[in-house]
Amino acid sequence: MAQPDTESSWKLPQTRVDPLLWGLVPLLAGLALVAVGSPSTWLTLTVAGLAMGMMLFMIASGLTLVFGLMDVLNFGHGVFIATGAFIATTVLGPTGFGAPGGWLLVPQWHLQIAAVMVAILVAMAATGMLGLVFERLFVRPVYGQHLKQILITMGGMIVIEELIKSIWGTQQIPLPLPEALRGAFIFGDAAIERFRLLAVLIGLIVLAVLMVILGRTKIGLLVRAGVEDREMVESLGYPVRRLFIGVFVAGSALAGLGGVLWGMYQQTITPQIGAQVNVLIFIVIIIGGLGSIMGSFVAALLVGLMGNYTGFLAPKLALFSNIALMVAILIWRPEGLRPVTKIR
Amino acid sequence: MIRYLLSNDLPRSRVLSTLLIALVITLALAPLLFPGAKALAVAAKILVFVLLVASYDLLLGYTGIVSFAHTMFFGIGAYSVAIACSRLGPSWTSIGIGLVGSIAASLALALLIGLFSLRVRAIFFAMLTLAVASAFQTLASQLSEWTGGEDGLSFRTPEVLSAAAQWRDTPLQGLGFTVSADGRLLAYWGLFVIVCVAFLLLLRIVNSPFGRVLQAIRENPFRAEAIGYQTVIYRTLSVVISALFATLAGALMALWLRYNGPDTSLSFELMLDVLLVVVIGGMGTMYGAWIGSALFLLAQNYLQALMQSLVKPLADGVAMIGGTGPLADVLRWAVGLMGPDRWLLWLGVLFVLSVYHFPEGVVGRLRRF
Amino acid sequence: MSAPLLSLAGVQTHIGTYHILHGVDLEVPSGRVTMLLGRNGAGKTTCLRTIMQHWRRSGGSIHFEGVDLAPLRPSEVARLGIAYVPENMGIFGGLTVRENLLLAARSAQNDAQIDRDRLNRIFEQFPALERFWQSPAGSLSGGQKQMLAIARALIEPRRLLLIDEPSKGLAPAIVETMIAALDRARQEGTTILLVEQNLEVARRLGDFYAVMDNGRIVHQGAMSALVSDPELQTRLLGFTLGNDDGPTRH
Repeated sequence: MAQPDTESSWKLPQTRVDPLLWGLVPLLAGLALVAVGSPSTWLTLTVAGLAMGMMLFMIASGLTLVFGLMDVLNFGHGVFIATGAFIATTVLGPTGFGAPGGWLLVPQWHLQIAAVMVAILVAMAATGMLGLVFERLFVRPVYGQHLKQILITMGGMIVIEELIKSIWGTQQIPLPLPEALRGAFIFGDAAIERFRLLAVLIGLIVLAVLMVILGRTKIGLLVRAGVEDREMVESLGYPVRRLFIGVFVAGSALAGLGGVLWGMYQQTITPQIGAQVNVLIFIVIIIGGLGSIMGSFVAALLVGLMGNYTGFLAPKLALFSNIALMVAILIWRPEGLRPVTKIR
Repeated sequence: MIRYLLSNDLPRSRVLSTLLIALVITLALAPLLFPGAKALAVAAKILVFVLLVASYDLLLGYTGIVSFAHTMFFGIGAYSVAIACSRLGPSWTSIGIGLVGSIAASLALALLIGLFSLRVRAIFFAMLTLAVASAFQTLASQLSEWTGGEDGLSFRTPEVLSAAAQWRDTPLQGLGFTVSADGRLLAYWGLFVIVCVAFLLLLRIVNSPFGRVLQAIRENPFRAEAIGYQTVIYRTLSVVISALFATLAGALMALWLRYNGPDTSLSFELMLDVLLVVVIGGMGTMYGAWIGSALFLLAQNYLQALMQSLVKPLADGVAMIGGTGPLADVLRWAVGLMGPDRWLLWLGVLFVLSVYHFPEGVVGRLRRF
Repeated sequence: MSAPLLSLAGVQTHIGTYHILHGVDLEVPSGRVTMLLGRNGAGKTTCLRTIMQHWRRSGGSIHFEGVDLAPLRPSEVARLGIAYVPENMGIFGGLTVRENLLLAARSAQNDAQIDRDRLNRIFEQFPALERFWQSPAGSLSGGQKQMLAIARALIEPRRLLLIDEPSKGLAPAIVETMIAALDRARQEGTTILLVEQNLEVARRLGDFYAVMDNGRIVHQGAMSALVSDPELQTRLLGFTLGNDDGPTRH
C-alpha cells in the first residue's frame, strides 16, 4: 500500500487540529471561572453547560448536515424535539406500557435505566419515521427554493405541533427523572448532577459514532463529499436523493434523542418546547457554520456554557448573551466557525 | 381619481374589487352594522392586522426577504405608546412622545438588521431575525418594571377617546339598534382612517420606481446588482419602511386596546399568524392583506364557534357508539381534530397548500377569473 | 465500423430561456476517441452535461448502447458505465486523494477492495497521486488535481469517458502524461468523448472529430481526414493543426 511521503505527512483530515476552534471552549470556561469566582460553583455550572451543549449538539447535528448536503433549511426541525420528548412521556409515564404507575417508579434502578433506554429507542424510531414523512411532504416539493422551504417547513411544524397537542393535550406534562438518575455526585463543595453527566456521556458517544461513520465508512465519505459538491457525487454514480433522505431521517432521530434528554433535563414538557429550542439550535448552527459537524459541536458547547454562565451571573441577559456570542462570531468569521467550502 | 389614490395598482378583478369594496364599507360602518362590543373589537383587530400584514407584504412579497422580527417592531410601537401613557399620563403629548420614541427605536433596529443582512446569507438572515425577536420577547417580559412583565400594561388614553366622552347628545342610529356617540366610536373611525391612509401610502410605495426596483431585486438580485442598483441599500430601506409601518400598527393597536402585553404584540404565534395571512392572502399583492386579515380574524373569532356546533353532534355520536378501547380512542381523536381548538391545524394545512399550490394566494386566484 | 456506442439525434437543450443546443446529431464510435471541437460558447459543455442528464434535453434523443438516457438520473447514467470529468474537475478538496479515488471506485467499500493493478498503473502514470495519497486533494496543484480527476475516471473500467477540457491551463509535461493515460485507456477498448480546445491533443489522441458551433454539430469525420486537409482545418477552426511543431494560426 502506498506510504505517505515524509515531507507531506498530513494528519487525517478528520482530526486536523484547528487551535483557534478548540481553544474557544476552554477560553470561555476560563473567563467564566474568573467571573464566577468559586471553583465549585463554576464546576457545577460548567457540567450543566456541557450537558446542555451536548443535547443541543445532538439536535443540531442533523440539521446542519441536512443543510450542508442539500441546501435545505428545515425551519421545523424543532418538531422532532417535541415529538421525542412527548413520546418519552408516554413510554415512561403513568400511562406507559407495562409497569403500573409508570416505569420511573419501579424500584430496581437497572430497570429504570432500561426503561429510559427503551424510551430513547422508541422516540428515535418514531422521530425517524416522522422525519421520513416530513421530508416527503414538506421538504421534497420545494428543493432548491429557499423562500418556500422556510415557509413550508414552518407550516409543517405548525401542523405537527397541532397534532401533538391533539394527542397529548396543551398542558404541561411532567417528565421526572427516575430515581437512579436523580441526585448528584459531590466533590468537595461541588455538586455534579448524575443526569447531566449521563447527558454529557451520551453526547460524547453520539459525537464519536458520528465521527467514525463520517470519517471511516463509505457512507460517511459520500456525505462529506456531497456537502462539498453533490453534483459530482451524483456523477460518480451515487443517488444523492437517497443519501439525503437517509441523512434527514438520521438527523430527525438524533433530534428525537435530544428531545428526550432535553425533556428530562427540564423535567416538564410543553408543546412549545420545539419552537423554543429551535431558536437555540439556529444560533448553534449559525455559529458553527452550516454543514460542519465539528463546528456545530463547538458552537453547541459554547452556547450551552454561555447560557449557564450568564444564567448565574446575569440571568436577565441569558438569551441575549447567546445572540451577542453569535454576532461576535459572525463579525470574526461571517460564515461561521467552520464553514464548508462548497463548489456547487 | 380612484386610479390616482390606488397608485394605478387596481384590484384587476371584478370579484376581488367587489369583495374589497364590500369589506371596506362594512368595516367603515361596523359600529352601525353590528351591535355589541365584540364585533367592534374584531373589526378593529382586522384593521390593525391589515396594516401589519401589508407592511410585511412589502418585505416578504415585494422584496423577497423572510424576517421573523416583524412583530418585534409591532411590539415596539405598542409598548412605546403603552409605556408613555402609563408613565406620562394619558395625553396627546405622551402619545406623541411614545410614537416618536418608537419610530426612533424601530428605525435604529431596522437599520441595524438591514445592514447586518449584508454580511450574511438569506437563510442566516431569517434565523438571525428569529433569534433577535426571541431575545426581544424575553427582554420585554423581564423588564417588568417598565413593561408590566407577563401581565402587560393597562393604561388610559386621552379623554376624548374614551367611552365617557359623548360628542353627540343623541345616539347614532344603527341597524336596528342605537349606538351612543362616544369616544370609542371616534377611536374606531380614527383607526379606520389612519389604516386606510397608511395602506394607500404603502400602495404608492410599492408602485413607485423604488418598489419596482425591489421587485427586480427579488426576482434576480445579481442582475439588479449588475444593472447598477445597490441591492443592499434598497433592501435595507425596505426593511426600515416595513418596520416603521409595523410600528405604527402597533401604536394604533395599543391605543385601541388601552392595553399591551407580550402575548398581544410580541408573541411568536402572532408572527406565524402574520406569515400565514400574508401567504394565504397573496404575497406581493397588498390587497391580500385585506382579504387575508378579514378571513383569518373572522375564522379565529367566529369559525371556532361554528365548528364547535358542527362537531359536537359528531363527537356525541362517537361517544355513544365508541365506548372504550383503542378504536374508540382513535375515533375520538379524529373527531377532536376537527374541533375548534385545532383550527390552527387546518390553517397550517391551508398555509402549506397555499405555498405549494397557490403561491399567489387568494388574491392571485381571484385575479385569474 | 461498429455501431456507435453513444448517439445523439436532434438533441435540444434549454437552460431557463436560453436555447443552447439547437439539434445536435452526434455519433460516438465504440472503442475510439472522438474529439468535440469548437470555440467557446458553442455548447460543448452543455452537450456533455445533457448526456449525463444534469440538464434535461428539451428535444431529440440520446442513446447509449441502445439505452435511452433521457428518463435516467445522472447517477443511473454513471452506473451504465459512463464516467464524467467536468471542466472544473469536481475534485473534493476536503477529502484526501485516497478518499477521492475510493469514492470513484464504486465497487470498493475500502482501500483494500480497490483493484490493485489498476491503482498501480495509475500511480505509474501519475506519480504525484501516490506521493500525496493521504493529503487533502485541495492542497494539490492544478495539474495534479487534473490528474486526480482523470484517475478517478480510470480507477475502474468504464465503457465511456466524457472529459471536458482536461488540458486547460496545464503545463505541457502534464498534458503528455494525460495523453499517455488516455491513449492507454483507448487501447483497452474504452470509448472517449473529449472536449478540447488544445488542438495538439486533438490531433494526437483523436480518431474522430466533431465540430460544434451555435449548438449544432457542423462537421464530423475521421481525424486523419481533417489532419490531411489544411483548407478544411482553416474553414472549420481558423487554425491549421500543423505538424509536430504545433498548430499554425491563419
